[in-house]
Amino acid sequence: MLTASEPHYHQPLLKTPFHERARAASQLDSFVAWSGYSTVDVFTSVEQEYFAIRNASSLYDLTPMVKYRIAGADALRFLNRLVTRDLSKTGPGRVAYAVWCNDEGRLIDDGTVFCIAHNEYRVCTAERQLDWLSASAIGFDVEIAEVTEEVAALAVQGPTSCALLRALGLAGVERLKPFELGQFALPGAARPAPARIEMMVSRTGFTGDLGYELWMRPADAEGVWDALMEEGRSRAIRPVGSRALNIARIEAGFLLPNLDFVSAAHTLRVGTERSPLELGLAWLVDFNKGHFTGRRALLEEQRRGPTRQLVGLDIEGNKPAHNALLYADRSGRKPVGSVTSATWSPTCKRNLALAMLDAPYIALGSTVWAEIYLNRELVWERRMARARVVERPFYAPQRRRATPPADF
Amino acid sequence: MYDTLRFFTQSCADLLDEYFESEIIKAHLAGSSIIGTALGPRSPGTAYVLLHHYMGGIDGAVGAWGFARGGMGAVTQALAASLTASGGTVRSSATVEQVLVRGGRAAGVVLADGEEIHAPVVVSNLDVRRTFLETVAPQHLPPEFLAQVRRFKIRGSSGKLNIALDGLPHFPAIPQGSPCTRGDLHVTDTIDMLERAYDDWKEGRWSRAPYIDMLIPTQIDPTMAPHGKHYMSVFVQYCPYQLADGGWTDARRQAFGDTVIETIARHSPNFKDLILHAEIRTPRELESEVGLTEGNIFQGELTFDQLLFNRPIPGYAQYRAPLRGLYMCGSSTHPGGGVMGAPGANAAGAILADLRRKA
Amino acid sequence: MAAGGNGQYDCIVVGGGHNGLVCATYLARSGRSVLVLEAAERLGGAAVTREFAPGFRVSACAHLLHLMPAPLMRELGLAGHGLKLAAQALPTVALSADGAHLRLAPGDLSDLAQHSPADATAYAQWQALAQRLTAALHPVLAEPPPRLGTGSWRQRAALLRLGWQIRRLGRRDMRELLRIGGMCVQDLLDERFESGLLKGALALDAVLGSNLGPRSPGTVLSLLYRIAAAGGAEGLAQPQGGLGALSEALARAAGAAGAQMRTRAAVERIVVRQDRASGVVLASGEELAARVVISSADPKTTLLGLLGSEYLDAGFVRRVAQLRTRGLAAKLHLALEALPQFRGLTPAALRGRLLVAPSPDYIERAFNHAKYGEFSAAPMLEITVPTLADPALAPPGKQVLSVIVQYAPYALAAGWQGQRQRFTDLVIDTLAGFAPDLRRCVASAELLTPPDIEREFRISGGHWHHAELALDQFFMVRPVPGAAQYQAPVPGLFLCGAGCHPGGGVMGLAGRNAARQVMREAA
Repeated sequence: MLTASEPHYHQPLLKTPFHERARAASQLDSFVAWSGYSTVDVFTSVEQEYFAIRNASSLYDLTPMVKYRIAGADALRFLNRLVTRDLSKTGPGRVAYAVWCNDEGRLIDDGTVFCIAHNEYRVCTAERQLDWLSASAIGFDVEIAEVTEEVAALAVQGPTSCALLRALGLAGVERLKPFELGQFALPGAARPAPARIEMMVSRTGFTGDLGYELWMRPADAEGVWDALMEEGRSRAIRPVGSRALNIARIEAGFLLPNLDFVSAAHTLRVGTERSPLELGLAWLVDFNKGHFTGRRALLEEQRRGPTRQLVGLDIEGNKPAHNALLYADRSGRKPVGSVTSATWSPTCKRNLALAMLDAPYIALGSTVWAEIYLNRELVWERRMARARVVERPFYAPQRRRATPPADF
Repeated sequence: MYDTLRFFTQSCADLLDEYFESEIIKAHLAGSSIIGTALGPRSPGTAYVLLHHYMGGIDGAVGAWGFARGGMGAVTQALAASLTASGGTVRSSATVEQVLVRGGRAAGVVLADGEEIHAPVVVSNLDVRRTFLETVAPQHLPPEFLAQVRRFKIRGSSGKLNIALDGLPHFPAIPQGSPCTRGDLHVTDTIDMLERAYDDWKEGRWSRAPYIDMLIPTQIDPTMAPHGKHYMSVFVQYCPYQLADGGWTDARRQAFGDTVIETIARHSPNFKDLILHAEIRTPRELESEVGLTEGNIFQGELTFDQLLFNRPIPGYAQYRAPLRGLYMCGSSTHPGGGVMGAPGANAAGAILADLRRKA
Repeated sequence: MAAGGNGQYDCIVVGGGHNGLVCATYLARSGRSVLVLEAAERLGGAAVTREFAPGFRVSACAHLLHLMPAPLMRELGLAGHGLKLAAQALPTVALSADGAHLRLAPGDLSDLAQHSPADATAYAQWQALAQRLTAALHPVLAEPPPRLGTGSWRQRAALLRLGWQIRRLGRRDMRELLRIGGMCVQDLLDERFESGLLKGALALDAVLGSNLGPRSPGTVLSLLYRIAAAGGAEGLAQPQGGLGALSEALARAAGAAGAQMRTRAAVERIVVRQDRASGVVLASGEELAARVVISSADPKTTLLGLLGSEYLDAGFVRRVAQLRTRGLAAKLHLALEALPQFRGLTPAALRGRLLVAPSPDYIERAFNHAKYGEFSAAPMLEITVPTLADPALAPPGKQVLSVIVQYAPYALAAGWQGQRQRFTDLVIDTLAGFAPDLRRCVASAELLTPPDIEREFRISGGHWHHAELALDQFFMVRPVPGAAQYQAPVPGLFLCGAGCHPGGGVMGLAGRNAARQVMREAA
């Protein structure tokens, strides 16, 4: 094992402030690189971790999310010209999911915009965006600073998450509605360390379930982790890795960059970039709010009508259709698209996938055929499985919206 | 599409200004845009030269550079072995004096010792200037073509130092034990430094503060030096073929080498003490020893008037000389220089197509 | 024609420089109601004649007329609107330190033959080639450039036409064009000529107004471009009353066509409603409505200043912000008590265009300084003495000397404040090398650096082409992709200034091309 004193070129990945706790909790030593940080892929088993998300409480270290502080007299005008949705309705204390495009209306990235105060925002993105944010800032009075390393972030997700946070003394956290944020304090008495810990809590997440995200100073990270794990013991809390989260996010119908789309900032081949309309994100595009980057191109695309779209699929059988090609009929002669993300959903008991499909097949209820390859003890089999276009999200429990959430 | 257009027309400095703010990053990247050229980083067209250097790839890694075990000589030895295995023959110490012309077409070559070798197809790997001005009698070529060949720009601008070292030099800026010394080390402070280095070349003198690109391949391939010793390969930009204040002399060549060594020594305090021997090559030596006219490493400058359909000569970019049976396959032809092999492969394609047509 | 009943104009033209006036004239002639808004007290933009010392007047920026095509001047009827030429078919004299100057007059190569018989032959051949090449290129200047990557038949046809123009040159000339098109002018000149003075004079033409030196690739194209642009003009000419007289004639032509013109009406911003340009707001707060707004201001000023990035896509804005507009030519005006004696020059030769550019190397060394934010230690000069042909520009018996000085970078590393006197002295000393008694003649001097030009004429970077004329800012990508057909991305907003194809200089084609595009796109 490498120690921190070794030079960076031996261990180029950064460690999050939760790293020592995560390492101690990890039984499989299964770490992966994420945005320059080393984070956990699986702690114990994917299934156990997944069920912690859906049936109890889970902890997920999302510190590597790239975070920007955006502030200045033109911060709102700047953001509204950047993203496709109207952020003027996202006032202080509110959070919004948003996407942004290049001039051609092709998606560059998605992210969450936290309105911390009037004209002060935090934008969390999957990938580094300073170049595009700087280009977008020409002509606006706005300051952009990356604060990824200054903010530690922990997602607390699952049906018992609200009860857990209340039990820890985060008074009033139950009143947070979905996509709201607030400032809270963890009282000193609730945990081994003495002092109070101030933090920002938002009712947001990547699971489609009841859940919160906690944003704190890195120095407070281990104290918060310890308090949650200690208090959460009776609520079956578990730290979870990226694999379990991936199942939950597919059930919730959320997109993951580089799986469901490739940022137009990185595509090299013509025609591989995607528009928000193609990704089924038309609800995020507000043509009436004034100009935003890509608006004219998207209007033109809307006028022409869709040529392909990301859809949800319900596939017969129980074998996940990873990377499957999709065909118009069982013969497999006419390709009509491909699967971008696939999973067996333990909660829905359905074989689910997100897929990019050509236009005539995108309507709800239409049927296509997935070519699935099965590995049976190194003997490969090819299956043609019927797949139906169904509504997204696949899984949307009532508790995700209920305010106040149920106590446990 | 517009970006592609701009690549051919922009200066490297302008291109980098659009993407970067850090001087050292810009200067580092700009190094690739001037190697082997008669241009500075602020000259329009150098954005393309940058691209030219990133076009390659090794074993599927696009844009990657690699070391050949045993040095670059090992690459040509492997190529020769491949040729032999395919039924070809290689003869060395066989200087071609002239291309034989019979009945208006190439019919073989005459060697320096008078031996004649006959063949219906002659392919020249020499640059166009040597091929057409030195090995083909002028009456066999259209005068206008010859005029264009004389205009072909092939000014050398690079020097090379091969230095035998008693040990591995220490670079205080690089942490001890860092793998960084195994890679390519550049001396490039700012774009202005590179540009001023170019200004010196324009005035017919070597750069007082040259761009240096150095490698110590013995860290990876110890077979290239005795045990414990090291070999350093130093590429230097700019060094002119002709000095403005008179010709090259041994003393001047030594002074050029000293400039380079002093520049490196500024970054490595024990470097000079480790030097066992330094072989200094100006464009003169590159010409006389390797046969590169004027010491130009690309067998012709990589400017737009000598690229694509203009390379080497407008109207003769298809590897065929204006003399039947005579072909060109050197770096003078599209797509140009560097250890790439594409001109050779393209030329073979053109020749085979002609042979099939005849058959 | 007055504004329509609802107070709305068909067209508002922002800026009353020559391109704005030409554009307004054509639009007014098509029956549209047109209003030209000029911030300054007078129309003309940078093509004005102004007093720089009591009783002394001079053309503020360009001091000769040579790019405006004769057919355009005829179409506008400028002669009928009072334009007179004080001198035309002016010779060029390349000054030599030893007094053996080289005089090049239209159709007269006798002096060159004295310098070098070989060059006289070679120069005639070059002129013939340049004539053939530019005859093919000239029509390109008079049309909007085609747009790449669209399926539109009109764009494809335009590209085909361009290809056909070049193909029609014949194989030999076409190959030569494709070869030299990207070359540096020094290599071309070294291939063809031996006389340093001739090479210097041609190299000056290639780099005047460009941030390039003779060794910069692309300078052959800028030379051909200059020849092509001048192809339709009657050589170098000097309007009676300076370049301002041309602007006055243009204004009268516009007025005769029915255009209204207001001066001291600075446009503060362009109004956008429902993603469409719908008028302008003046500095006074007055709002004026129009169906179409056409701006002759430079692209940065128009798009980033008057319009604002919030109406544009971020990638487009970045391209506009990265547009290179670094001015590098200064203007020096000298009020002279008497005519200085130039060694080896007859007073008749003094009427021409005098150049201090003795060799390409001299220019390249002058350019070296500009790369590092310094002005040239030995600058390149283009000199005229306009009072010889037009004495009314100065009090009786006195003279005006007008000099374009290159290179004087916009962003001088040392800052222009504090360097002005040094620079003025440097230019006067350089001139005194040819006219030793010059210093005694100088009554007063006015220096316009690129920042001065930016301030006085509202041109970003103080660059007379509004955007540098280099290969990557040329033709189909001028000023930037997405606005190269005179149309801004915001519907109803057009560009008609020097930042557009075919560029600056007192040429007027950008204004006419833009007017045609407005008529086609916004009928």
